[in-house]
Amino acid sequence: MSDWVEACAAGDIDEEDVMRFDHAGRTFAIYRSPDDEYFATDGLCTHEKVHLADGLVMDDIIECPKHNGRFNYKTGDARGAPVCVNLKTYPVKVDAGKVLIQVG
Amino acid sequence: MTAISSSAASPRDYSLTGRDARLAVENGLAAAEWYHTDIPRKQMKELMQRSDQPAIRDTIIWLAAFMVSAAGGIWFWGSWWCVPFLFVYGTLYGSSTDSRWHECGHGTAFRTQWMNDAVYQLACFMIMRNPVTWRWSHTRHHTDTIIVGRDPEIAVMRPPDLLRVVLNFFGIVDAWHAMTDMVRNAAGVISAAEKTFIPEQEQPKAIRIARIWLAIYIATIALALYLHSWLPLMLVGLPRLYGAWHHVMTGLLQHGGLADNVIDHRLNSRTVLMNPISRFIYWNMNYHVEHHMFPMVPYHALPKLHEMIKHDLPAPTPSILAGYREMTPAFLRQLRNEDYFLKRALPPTAKPYREDLHSDNPVAAGAE
Repeated sequence: MSDWVEACAAGDIDEEDVMRFDHAGRTFAIYRSPDDEYFATDGLCTHEKVHLADGLVMDDIIECPKHNGRFNYKTGDARGAPVCVNLKTYPVKVDAGKVLIQVG
Repeated sequence: MTAISSSAASPRDYSLTGRDARLAVENGLAAAEWYHTDIPRKQMKELMQRSDQPAIRDTIIWLAAFMVSAAGGIWFWGSWWCVPFLFVYGTLYGSSTDSRWHECGHGTAFRTQWMNDAVYQLACFMIMRNPVTWRWSHTRHHTDTIIVGRDPEIAVMRPPDLLRVVLNFFGIVDAWHAMTDMVRNAAGVISAAEKTFIPEQEQPKAIRIARIWLAIYIATIALALYLHSWLPLMLVGLPRLYGAWHHVMTGLLQHGGLADNVIDHRLNSRTVLMNPISRFIYWNMNYHVEHHMFPMVPYHALPKLHEMIKHDLPAPTPSILAGYREMTPAFLRQLRNEDYFLKRALPPTAKPYREDLHSDNPVAAGAE
């Protein structure tokens, strides 16, 4: 349950941006908010399995690059058509300049 | 540009629940991975950035043009002087709303989402597209662009129904279908085709909107009867007919005469260079290959995107007239051979088409 995995260095992600992280056959999206906080969700849009890391981060929203579906990446909430199913989120911490996510 | 035809006899089944719908799934054409030109993430982020300013500016001009042309049409109603005003009003109502519906549906016109939603609802009413149904149909159009049996927004099916095309310059067929769909939805009925792309939880919203719209049209007709005048209908409803010409003229160029059942937008979409007035009405959707390849890029950034990736795209069609000069003969050829299409030539700097997927047999991956 407490599988903390190093995803990247904190500086690898620009502020208000997202990065893809693949681990053990799964894909995640790691976000850095405009307030310099880090978050993590499943990497694929719940609508049509497109990588969210190619999308656009605006404030606390990640917009899918294929159909412009929007999620709150902090909570995983789907924010309207064409996405209807929430994203799974994962705990994140920054330790010694490394971004760790709990993938369990 | 290369003209391609195949001797394979393959009448297409455009039904979303028919044979080609099933074959598209079996052949991997549904929800496939499409070709994209490589753009570094930093540049892509800059292109995707949202801003309220360009769309607010354009929307102020747009609404002002609506008000001035409507005022002129009302003031001069009964004389020939009303004609130029209603021509402008109708073109705004029956054509510019096509691009506003589209861009605001993507959520890219404004950064502020309620602004996108407000213009989307207004434009949907005028262009007579149920905002729920068409949001989902357009989602499918982007997933499965011009895939037979999957894309609900194929404007010209093969063999082309040219009478329908001509009638739609006056909105006749589209408006008739829009009205019958509205009445059906208002009665609480969602069709089998609609059920293939509208999630169940969204369907009641489509019904609610149809009922509101029906009430507006009934009120408009009642007012026209009360006033013994066509004027209310010339301002609400009929402009979808007499003003449709521009959106049909530009819309046919998006994919007309090009390949179907491919997964490379360079093969099935057309970028056309246009005059500034048409680009204002059309909100830069003339950069159609670019839009399909990168739907996250707002309309005001499409010219910049075009400059950035044109080395990897077919040369843009130089004008609307040039587009019709290449598209019309292709439509006529498709009357005799529906497998005929125009294959767009790539510049030497472009990454080649994947010939394993996009051979010169246009139905190789589709319905056989």
